[in-house]
Amino acid sequence: MSVPTELGYTAKHEWVRIEDGVATVGITEFAAESLGDIVYVELPDAGTEVTAGETCGEVESTKSVSDIYSPVDGEVVEVNEALEGAPETVNSAPYGDGWLFRARVSEEPSDLLSAEEYQALTKDEE
Amino acid sequence: MSEPASAPRATALREIHEQSGATLVDFAGWLMPLRYSSETAEHKAVREAAGLFDLSHMGEIRLTGPQAAEALDHALVGHLSKVKVGRARYTMITAADGGVLDDLIVYRLGEEEYLVVANAANVTVVADALTERAKGFDVEVTDESAEYALIAVQGPRAVDILAPLTDADLDGIRYYAGYEHTVAGVPVLLARTGYTGEDGFEIFVRPSDRAPQVWKALMTAGAEHGLVPAGLSARDTLRMEAGMPLYGQELTADLTPFDAGLGRVVKFDKPGDFVGRAALEEAARTARERRLIGLVSRGRRPLRRGQDVLRDGAVVGTITSGAPSPTLGRPIAMAYVDGDLDTTAGTFTVDVRGRGEDVDVVELPFYKRQS
Repeated sequence: MSVPTELGYTAKHEWVRIEDGVATVGITEFAAESLGDIVYVELPDAGTEVTAGETCGEVESTKSVSDIYSPVDGEVVEVNEALEGAPETVNSAPYGDGWLFRARVSEEPSDLLSAEEYQALTKDEE
Repeated sequence: MSEPASAPRATALREIHEQSGATLVDFAGWLMPLRYSSETAEHKAVREAAGLFDLSHMGEIRLTGPQAAEALDHALVGHLSKVKVGRARYTMITAADGGVLDDLIVYRLGEEEYLVVANAANVTVVADALTERAKGFDVEVTDESAEYALIAVQGPRAVDILAPLTDADLDGIRYYAGYEHTVAGVPVLLARTGYTGEDGFEIFVRPSDRAPQVWKALMTAGAEHGLVPAGLSARDTLRMEAGMPLYGQELTADLTPFDAGLGRVVKFDKPGDFVGRAALEEAARTARERRLIGLVSRGRRPLRRGQDVLRDGAVVGTITSGAPSPTLGRPIAMAYVDGDLDTTAGTFTVDVRGRGEDVDVVELPFYKRQS
């Protein structure tokens, strides 16, 4: 199971990469594999304020509906429109083309997990 | 080390599933493969090539004796004494009030021998009811579920995959027929039945520890035909596309077979009384209160069990099963609506967590194979 070391993680299985004050958010490979084939993604609209730890969207697989929790406080500046027609990209490239949304953040969140910490957490859940 | 009493039971194929990377889940008290890789790919493989399923959680109850046929005519809604040796019937067992206790496939193995196949969650209820209802008949009822493994090979390539492994002339086995044969050298009950809407076979293996031999031989023979192992997730979307009911969703103890649109399985013209007859005659006379319809969404959000169906904004029914359909490329659902509802008029929507999704009402099934 891939857990890139350069990303930050939440215990709810989102990953985040912050560059120049913009956070790119997705769900982890562990989450995508646990859910099964992802068939629908509901994302926040651009311009929406998201709050760390609060739900801001949904990921639906064949069998389940799961909330997306924002890892950051900020304003959504871009959503991955390509997922509307190809939600399975979240399964095939969870850390790449399967990203969910980007948000402008005023300050870096302090409570993200490191790759190592996240990996330890998923070991417990397996 | 002893496992807790609540731990799900493993089938004889558990090790093979784990080696194949299956996601295993507790289903009706059994540890069953949900999927091996992508359930959508497994679904498509069954439609286009073939899939291999472990269905060992299903229950097998044997009736043996001079009055086995009469006992089943009394215990079930079907006319089982009329079934020829080597043939099978889809039927149901109801309570005295007509409520469905389970839907069943019954194989007639001999003049005085039947095998009743029940859903995993209902095996005890069915075995107990059959034992009780068989009293006074010269027949022995035995729950043999623990002794059996059940493997299904389903899909258009099923015949090609199975043919080199069996002594059976597969062309001679019609749909809903089953005979004693060998597969990969193992004696089995080989039946042309399934729950996917495709051609295929169900292979009853006893004792269950011979099942790995059968599974491995099928996987090897199937490699060149595109056979893949398929889990319960694909099985559920396959049966939904085929418009087949699932006990606990389309069928419950609160519904008669007539409520489910399956009144045809109730055979009033058979000899003697049967459990539920009076209540079912009443249900057949009175207008059906509910009707099972198919819904195809115009949007992309999956439709799910429990969601309300609305016509012109007013609730007219509830979804019993819903999923994204890999074959149609759209979300589909089965729903019960009021029996006298005119589904040709008005605009239908489904309430998906507060949002109305536009849907079209269609006849079931959603998918029918080209024969």
